[in-house]
Amino acid sequence: MSSMPDQLLTPKQVADRRADAPHTSMFARMLLRAAVLRRRRAASALLAMIVAAAVATAMMNLYVDVQAKLRTEFRNYGANVVIVAKDGRSLPADALASVESVLGARTLAVPFSYAVARTPGGQSVVVVGTDFNRARQLNHWWKVSHWPDAPNQALIGMRAASVVSANRQPFELTFQGKAIRLAPAGMLQTGAGEDSRIYLDQSEFQNWTGVAPSTIEVAVNGTAAEVEDSVRQLARFLPSADVRPVRQIMEGEANVLNKTRATLYASATLIVLTSALCVLATLIGWVFDRRRDFAIMKALGASERLVNGFFAAEAAALGVVGGILGFFIGIGVAAWIGRVNFHAPVVPRFSVFPYVLVGSIIVALLSAILPITMLGRIQPATILRGE
Amino acid sequence: MFSRLVYESFRHQTRRKLLAGIAITMGVAVATAMIAVATDIGDKINRELRSYGANLVVTPQEDTLDVEVGGINLKPPSDGAFLNEADLPKIRGTFWHNNIVGFSPMLPVTVKVGNDSKDVTLVGTYFNKALSFGKQDFTTGVRITHPWWKVEGSCRDGRRAPPGRIEDFQGGCGWPSDDSQNILVGERLATKLEKKAGDKLEVSGRELTISGILSTGGAEDDQIVAPLALVQQIIGKPGAVRRVYVSALTKPQDALAVRDPKTMSPEVYDRWYCSPYVESIAYQLQEVIPHSHAEQIRQVAQNEGTVLSRIKGLMLLITFAALFASALAVSAAMATAIYERRVEVGLMKALGAGNLAVSAIFFAEALLLAIVGGIAGFSAGALLARQIGRSIFDSQISVEPVLFPIIIAIAVFVTFAGSAAAIRGAVKFDPVFALRGEG
Repeated sequence: MSSMPDQLLTPKQVADRRADAPHTSMFARMLLRAAVLRRRRAASALLAMIVAAAVATAMMNLYVDVQAKLRTEFRNYGANVVIVAKDGRSLPADALASVESVLGARTLAVPFSYAVARTPGGQSVVVVGTDFNRARQLNHWWKVSHWPDAPNQALIGMRAASVVSANRQPFELTFQGKAIRLAPAGMLQTGAGEDSRIYLDQSEFQNWTGVAPSTIEVAVNGTAAEVEDSVRQLARFLPSADVRPVRQIMEGEANVLNKTRATLYASATLIVLTSALCVLATLIGWVFDRRRDFAIMKALGASERLVNGFFAAEAAALGVVGGILGFFIGIGVAAWIGRVNFHAPVVPRFSVFPYVLVGSIIVALLSAILPITMLGRIQPATILRGE
Repeated sequence: MFSRLVYESFRHQTRRKLLAGIAITMGVAVATAMIAVATDIGDKINRELRSYGANLVVTPQEDTLDVEVGGINLKPPSDGAFLNEADLPKIRGTFWHNNIVGFSPMLPVTVKVGNDSKDVTLVGTYFNKALSFGKQDFTTGVRITHPWWKVEGSCRDGRRAPPGRIEDFQGGCGWPSDDSQNILVGERLATKLEKKAGDKLEVSGRELTISGILSTGGAEDDQIVAPLALVQQIIGKPGAVRRVYVSALTKPQDALAVRDPKTMSPEVYDRWYCSPYVESIAYQLQEVIPHSHAEQIRQVAQNEGTVLSRIKGLMLLITFAALFASALAVSAAMATAIYERRVEVGLMKALGAGNLAVSAIFFAEALLLAIVGGIAGFSAGALLARQIGRSIFDSQISVEPVLFPIIIAIAVFVTFAGSAAAIRGAVKFDPVFALRGEG
């Protein structure tokens, strides 16, 4: 064929070189030469392999990571676990500290204490003591015009504002005969019960009313099983309190997450199948293109097994190289999608590498079987005659 | 001659055509299904997000403050204003009535319960009430707007319902009917009162039957929930409703959504009014219910936009990946099919065919393949999308007929693009080599 050695060697020299060379090298050389000589065909087969592996890697990475990403989005819905003191009492003073020690510092726990105070006009209004810094992190949906930053400032719900301080003047509240004078710092709008309440800093609230926190709202990160585990741990640690998951939040999250996961899974399967088809189509061309090599090998006395093994090794080599390159490209694609869509990088998962590699090799081998069996049925003489 | 060449090529080279045809069919099927799923996913996830509960609340305009701590309502029933129950079906008459999934009125009152006269909050609401507005009949209530509420109780045939989601058993064991005198008792309250489903409970001097034990993971666990009409009788205020929770499918908030409708020009106002923003739906609710104030529940309304746009964005990117993979598979199959036929090209050229004539034959074949594969793929993709919709979302994902010409055009374009390089290579190939069999 078109590749003749540059200088002709005497049969003795050739025999010497062959004797020196390790026996396996002929097989390896044929593999390598085939790839180098038919660069374009090899490149297109490799490209198909790389794309398939890259897409598969990206999908697997996303499939695992998107759920974690969506879970963090769902934490914007606020607390998914609530700790309430039993029978209207207060929680023990160290409750917040023990919640944090059980769940670790990463979890957000916000204390709330409640009292019903009276306005000078005799209206009842619910006053809540809390930690503003924590509440702000937990309840992203609170629309607040200005968070309190000075002593004796209060955050006033939209509807409460019209009762206690219509023109944003300082106002007075009384609780069991004790009066306090508060300045409105900002307005709070949530559309729910918070709109009728007045929020104070916890220590000021406690100085005034003497009421300690009765509720702790906790945002626990993680899967449903992890959250339930945290609930059990907390219940063991705080026997005097009721620890319960917020079902509204937990079930909504599970619902949306399950559907998204199923859709993602279906799409990933379809895409991986399509990519495998792409590899199949290319490899058929690639093997068909090599039919003359196949015929010559057989004509020179190679056994059926050797020829099939040779093509299989070629396909496997293609699968390995394509799988490795595709894996890294796929990780890049997943990271890009993470950045574009979730504004956070997708952590590369090297644990999927063996699956991608083995999957690539299997797809390549399966794709090669079809054309090889097709060729096996044809006589080498027919191929060599160019028919 | 031309048509015969094309026809014979299809008749005799079935295997090669089959591979390319399968590739096109599969590629188009995947593309169709993914486009259908991606265009519909927003609506589907929006419905799933409704399981977070109502995103709008309607209250009387001139209401006094709610005084509620830890699920105990401390506001006297005489205090504050009410909405009129008769106005509620009008919610179905708003511009975006198709987007309103359901609504539940709430009437919380404080009552004395049992022999030791404990103060307990009794909430009147709709469970699954049949209403009509104009010619439309519909049902609404907490079973739609509060899907996380679970009831454990006995079924009509006396069988105990297993604990679980309400959808799991059709009859809705334990749920009282909206015209009955039966009530639901929150699970913590039931433990305190030592009552179970089927027992009688004295509420404000009336003997009522507990049809089920309610578990919500929220304040309702310490309350009693009863049909609205019953609670109105107890406080002697027929037609009274404190607030209405509305669950609506909305569009994520954008710059237009948050503008004040009073400052808009008429065209902008029309655009705002005709977009299903939570703000415009709230505005329309205020229009139909007299003396009311509608407000978004920010915890639910604000977050669903983010979640929705994330999932939609993700599906869009994945759809691009699917389209890319399909295009590549089709190109690869076409290139292979054409590459195998270089000998034929040599023969045709040796017999005097020009480059144009040879390319024309190949492109005609590609066109035929693309159209046949495209039609088959479109139908398969429509089926696939339906299957995905049914198995994942329990509802149809229908493929818009508008997609058909677009998909066929894409199939033809991709097939041509995939073939072009291979056809060019085949046409350029020296017929001498081809005929000598040195392909």
